[in-house]
Amino acid sequence: MDLKLNVWRQSGPEDTGGFVSYDAKDVSPDMSFLEMLDVVNERILETGGDPIAFDHDCREGICGSCGMMIDGVPHGPKSMTTVCQLHMRSFEDGDELTLEPWRASSFPVLKDLYVDRTPFDRIIASGGYISVRTGSADEANADPIRKRDADAAFDAAACIGCGACVAACPNASAMLFTASKVAHLAHLPQGQTERYSRVLDMVDTHDSEGFGNCTNHGACQNACPKGISVDYIAQLNRDLFKATVTTAAEPAGS
Amino acid sequence: MELNARIPSGPVDKKWENHRFEMNLVNPANKRKYDVIVVGTGLAGASAAATMGELGYNVHAFTHHESPRRAHSIAAQGGINSAKNYQNDGDSVYRLFYDTVKGGDFRSREANVYRLAEVSLNIIDQAVAQGVPFAREYGGKLANRSFGGAQVSRTFYARGQTGQQLLLGAYQALERQVRAGKVTMHVAKEMLDVVVIDGVARGIVTRDLRTGKIERHAADAVVLATGGYSNVFFLSTNAQKCNVTATWRAHKRGAGFANPCFTQIHPTCIPPSGEYQSKLTLMSESLRNDGRIWVPKDPEDKRPGNDIPEDERDYYLERLYPSFGNLTPRDIASRRAKEQVDAGHGVGPLENGVFLDFKHAIERLGKQTVEERYGNLFEMYERITGEDPYERPMRIFPAPHYTMGGLWVDYDLMTTVPGLFAAGEANFSDHGANRLGASALMQGLADGYFVVPLTIGNYLAEVTPGTVDTSHAAFADTERAVTDRQTKLLEVDGTRSAASFHRELGRIMWEHCGMVRTEEGLRTALKLIPELREQFWSEVRVPGTGQGLNPELEQAGRVADFLEFAEVMCWDALTRDESCGAHYRPEHVTDEGEAKRDDENFSHSAVWEFKGVGEEPVRHTEELEFPNVPPSQRSYK
Repeated sequence: MDLKLNVWRQSGPEDTGGFVSYDAKDVSPDMSFLEMLDVVNERILETGGDPIAFDHDCREGICGSCGMMIDGVPHGPKSMTTVCQLHMRSFEDGDELTLEPWRASSFPVLKDLYVDRTPFDRIIASGGYISVRTGSADEANADPIRKRDADAAFDAAACIGCGACVAACPNASAMLFTASKVAHLAHLPQGQTERYSRVLDMVDTHDSEGFGNCTNHGACQNACPKGISVDYIAQLNRDLFKATVTTAAEPAGS
Repeated sequence: MELNARIPSGPVDKKWENHRFEMNLVNPANKRKYDVIVVGTGLAGASAAATMGELGYNVHAFTHHESPRRAHSIAAQGGINSAKNYQNDGDSVYRLFYDTVKGGDFRSREANVYRLAEVSLNIIDQAVAQGVPFAREYGGKLANRSFGGAQVSRTFYARGQTGQQLLLGAYQALERQVRAGKVTMHVAKEMLDVVVIDGVARGIVTRDLRTGKIERHAADAVVLATGGYSNVFFLSTNAQKCNVTATWRAHKRGAGFANPCFTQIHPTCIPPSGEYQSKLTLMSESLRNDGRIWVPKDPEDKRPGNDIPEDERDYYLERLYPSFGNLTPRDIASRRAKEQVDAGHGVGPLENGVFLDFKHAIERLGKQTVEERYGNLFEMYERITGEDPYERPMRIFPAPHYTMGGLWVDYDLMTTVPGLFAAGEANFSDHGANRLGASALMQGLADGYFVVPLTIGNYLAEVTPGTVDTSHAAFADTERAVTDRQTKLLEVDGTRSAASFHRELGRIMWEHCGMVRTEEGLRTALKLIPELREQFWSEVRVPGTGQGLNPELEQAGRVADFLEFAEVMCWDALTRDESCGAHYRPEHVTDEGEAKRDDENFSHSAVWEFKGVGEEPVRHTEELEFPNVPPSQRSYK
């Protein structure tokens, strides 16, 4: 099959950027979307051009490196599928596709479809962990955890940090990303000690990184390749409310 | 090259305890005076950096990814072994030690393996405390599953994403130390060389992948946790950016490289669908519990799998191995699949796979049970191939997966360059000639949480902190070497992509140094590789400049290193004139057609010394002794 691609090209963070069209010819339906781009890039390179930059690594939907807008949809048309696992059989011969990077001021474009998602690391560093030194852990089976809590924690922890939620959100909010970590740890008994300071710190960093607030559009859930539920945002908001009220009443340092 | 493994005294089960008591310690108040560099933030690197930060060292952690969480440990599916014996099925530290030594076909170091089994207990405790959501039973206790090569159920898992959850645990511990100011995180920086001064590792040179800036970093010790080199085969289960660059460049600076030919081929991956194929996707080995592997008896039979009647199918593993059947170890299942495809029995459009059939399992268990057990894997298979495995047999084929070889290290995980340590898959330590399933995560975290953070103190206690800074001439020299190489790459200005050379190298290695290695094939490869390397340096095209983000430049640098490394792998395979574990030389097989070890001549690790690009490297050996697990011939008939 033959396709036409309108690709966002931007040489660096300072460049204004714009669309450039490419023909993708003789595409096999068994190719992954990124393999199709590999082939386009190889042709660009052989004819003296500069290949399209995009981030990618594991190509099995787990590292969270890849991601781009295909016709305005994060990771493209197939639900629960990262762009590296999207295959060309999802498209038709003659299709014309528009490829853009994630659009959010907190994710500056480094080059073409490649953005900087380091704010996510800073959100985690501000509290997305349980404080336990290596060697100080209790025996693993000492405290039973209800299977349904463990399963719920896992469902939240499945986030791959790709940023599709931010790209999908009209406010460029990273609330689904933040909530998935808050909920993962809040579902576990180990996570209780720091539960409320964690949510305050993480939301604070989320805001200071310039992400917008959540206004319950739910676009993030639709875009999430791992099916993280917006219910976790509701849980974050409950914890945040409780934390705001209770910590305000406590003396400093407690 | 001196190879002193420095194995502690005493019986095998007391060595680690004795060593911890006997080794030098750095006073808590002095730890902050030491700078330690950790390269790589996968399981081994992230856990080591976090733990050393907690101990008080000033840690500088480097990853070429934009975030530590993107390291390829994230993709590990199956699970992590630990000798907890929660199943009360007879497991023990000793049994895990025994299984690992035997599984490695008696080519690993007993003392290290015992320590691995010992600290496996602490890993699970640590991970649970961090909030890793392992699978649990209805009573709330941790669940286990079985894995190949063991008769006990000792594998802990988090659905099919155990690596992801363990890495996120280590990553979060790392980010906690970033917040505490004890770890400085350097993202998007690729290590391009080690700085060695008077034979001692004193720092690294990196390239900032976003700005292109070449930078110097000094430290009192350097830990490499940079993973394995399966991508030398181009097509492997590894992520696209996995490379040999850090360990290879350390090797060129004097670190011995051990057993590079010990590479593991995973039997159940989705076969390539065309020339453009960029990677191979692994399907969990657990599928072999219920799926039956077969090929058409008649090589000319091109009917769809479902149309081939039972009596015209060859369930070759069940035929050849009546007692283990489809559950033979990885190396055997892989070789037998290749044998069938080579003999023309391959299935699928490219005739490059064998069937893995769930028809009987669905009849026996019902579709629902099969879906509960393997639903997510079936979905993944359908997403990639467009075929529904409930309706028609899957197609699978082996793919390069894990590398047991790596930088040689002593008991303290220090390489032959003092001050340079290697952890996780980057070292050669624990798996011998074959790794058992669910043991890679165990080793990465054992090294990172519990071994390196202690043993590095044994080294640092003898070192005066901060004696060298980046103004030393050796830093300037190393930086120049890095810059020159980069300039040379950019100046070739040919017409071919680095990827096209990588693909070609992969074909040579798969053909001649893959699942089956013959003397003739290896000699052919040793002739072809330098030719290809020469072509690369005259025909590659790297667009752009050294400034700013340039993925093609990154890739070209990695391919250039693979083109050098591939030779030592072939030398190793050629000179190891025996079969053992995953290393299969058809000249050495038992009457039953299995790998035949030669303990008299090859009960050692081969450690290679670099002598220049294209020069024949020098082979050294570390003799191995097995006072606790007497070597025997594996049999799975």
